[in-house]
Amino acid sequence: MGCNENGADREKYAELDQFIASLPTTKGELIRVLHRAQGIFGYLPKEVQVYVAKKLDLPVSKVYGVVSFYSFFTMKPKGKYDVSVCLGTACYVRGADKILEALTKKLGIGVGDTTEDAKFSLRTLRCVGACGLAPVVMINNKVYGRVTPDMVEGIIAECE
Amino acid sequence: MADYKFHILVCGGTGCQSSNSHEIMEALKQNVADAGMAEDCKVLMTGCFGFCEQGPIVKMLPDNTFYTSVKPEDAAEIVAEHIVKGRKVQRLLYVDPENEEHVSDAKHMEFYKKQMRIALRNCGFIDPENIDEYIARDGYAALAKCLTEMTPEEVIEEMKKSGLRGRGGAGFPTGLKWQFARGYKSDVKYVVCNADEGDPGAFMDRSILEGDPNSVIEAMAICGYAIGAKYGRVYIRAEYPLAIDRLSIAINQAREYGLLGDNILGTDFCFDIELMFGAGAFVCGEETALIHSMEGQRGEPTTKPPFPAESGFWNQPTNVNNVETWANVPVIFLKGADWFRSIGTEKSPGTKVFALAGKINNVGLIEVPMGTTLREVIYEIGGGIKNGKKFKAVQTGGPSGGCLTEKDLDTPIDFDNLVAKGSMMGSGGMIVMDEDDCMPAVAKFYLEFTQEESCGKCTPCRVGTTRLSELLTDITNGKGTLQHLEELKRLSEVIRDTALCGLGQTAPNPVLSTLRTFEDEYIAHVTEKTCPAGKCQALLKYEIIADACKGCTLCARNCPVGAISGTVKNPHVIDQSKCIKCGVCMNNCRFNAIVRH
Repeated sequence: MGCNENGADREKYAELDQFIASLPTTKGELIRVLHRAQGIFGYLPKEVQVYVAKKLDLPVSKVYGVVSFYSFFTMKPKGKYDVSVCLGTACYVRGADKILEALTKKLGIGVGDTTEDAKFSLRTLRCVGACGLAPVVMINNKVYGRVTPDMVEGIIAECE
Repeated sequence: MADYKFHILVCGGTGCQSSNSHEIMEALKQNVADAGMAEDCKVLMTGCFGFCEQGPIVKMLPDNTFYTSVKPEDAAEIVAEHIVKGRKVQRLLYVDPENEEHVSDAKHMEFYKKQMRIALRNCGFIDPENIDEYIARDGYAALAKCLTEMTPEEVIEEMKKSGLRGRGGAGFPTGLKWQFARGYKSDVKYVVCNADEGDPGAFMDRSILEGDPNSVIEAMAICGYAIGAKYGRVYIRAEYPLAIDRLSIAINQAREYGLLGDNILGTDFCFDIELMFGAGAFVCGEETALIHSMEGQRGEPTTKPPFPAESGFWNQPTNVNNVETWANVPVIFLKGADWFRSIGTEKSPGTKVFALAGKINNVGLIEVPMGTTLREVIYEIGGGIKNGKKFKAVQTGGPSGGCLTEKDLDTPIDFDNLVAKGSMMGSGGMIVMDEDDCMPAVAKFYLEFTQEESCGKCTPCRVGTTRLSELLTDITNGKGTLQHLEELKRLSEVIRDTALCGLGQTAPNPVLSTLRTFEDEYIAHVTEKTCPAGKCQALLKYEIIADACKGCTLCARNCPVGAISGTVKNPHVIDQSKCIKCGVCMNNCRFNAIVRH
């Protein structure tokens, strides 16, 4: 299914067009444009990458090369609740691996995946800078600190 | 600022914000207003106080009272007691773990006694969203001094004299770097701030940008004047939204005040700063990779020379410094290079900020003079090891560094000493580990990180880190042999000698340093197939003590793989070939009859 079929998508593309038009130059602005595109679409599917390539007059391969290089860019849609487990060193030595294990079990998905009902996605990230609260889980922009495997059930239930 | 009798400072660092410091600030403001004290008492949010362990922190000025673990519902009592009646809220004061006394003044806290704040001088003291507060603390006076009283050459000389070395990790002399950038002639030059803090477990740059963004802006302008650049760029991680907000606010305010833009302070000097966002790639901390990323490309490094000073952003002369380095610059011009040199050690003057984390009582952000020993940092400032466990190692330098042990505790910390001990300064992450941490597993953790973050451009790093990670996986899974250890060593040395950039060259450090200091532990994993720290699950063994087992059958019923057999009221036995070491049996046993070893 294409991403540019319905009206909602047309609006999103228009918003992206507007942003690109507002840049004084497009030279070297690929990453800035991709940040914005991900902000608008939530992720960067193939259609959006092809579109960006065309707008910036770049080969699609170059756009894909950049999207796949940086961990911040994702080609899969995220769930309504984007669950990230910090695997920075401070969280690691305070048992982040056990938290991740409990979350994969609870949600029934692997790292980088989204549940079928599109409610939850699971990611890992490196250091959110809240090492005092290690181990840390972030759901959308909310940080849960000093998490234990027993707390996972409650944290997920809070979202549901 | 002087109009108020009291100031209530609420920590707005990431850790404290995650624990509702916003709600605390709102509640305090409301209570102050309700008490009719709004004219006498100002409530504001500042940058990080550093004492993250017991956040959220609220600090009262002028009496320097330090309240810890504050909750929004404590606001009413703080205002009613402290502000209105002048009595400290005892139950919220920090309790000294040594003598269990309540500490009423922050300067008597062990955590702060040995610290010296230069880069963090304004963090937790001013409102980072108000440039006036920065200016009131001599902000932009250094820029004014440089522009009106010094030539660019004199500025560079002063920097060289100060001996400031790059705080991003490598420790290259900052003044020399500026001199190189000045030496190349071009109409267009760039000053870049590297705020792509990617070292897992380090958050000093974030705290500086969140707590004192103007110090970075001022320093970049000074550098622009010194090297002859009009353009500044801050390359910052998109994962740091709060730092991005505060920096944007500060840049706009500086523009309004004529401290950025054309003809700064009425001189001919023009300089402005633009933000550029990273997208999550550890290798972008390397300056050539960072520059490629700024140009919208994959962040892959290139060989040096040419150095960025000659050919950097869009092939123009470019000077890149890290956030903490920038934060030191204005003070050097205000107090002089001689003053700066008087702090720290001869070859590493000044202070260093460390993010102290891991198995330590006082997790937080600290700044100490170079030359302070690890023992002072861990036991005096850090308050020792959590839960009374035994200290095993401290990891410095992140994925590029190594582990230091008991025998290194009295080493004065500086750039050269840490390298001599087989680790490195890095950006300042300091992770403390206790007896429960397994060193081969720690090395594996770092290798998984570098393997994931390797950009893939050069073979030694792309393939080599993968192979290292596989070897370590075998070792921690009980499939290792003594040949694995030989191969680890050999391959590590090859990667170190042949990789293209700093990421690859230093990637084997966690392996080499743990192999050197904890060889016994590696040998135990491969020969005896045991994990002395009891961390590697595949090497654990669960056994039922026959004398203690009552034969209640609970363990057998809960075992997910049916590895436990036995009859009612008779001792049970675990079939080791079936056991998956999940530990469910031990958690369920009511008679402590199951042991793990």
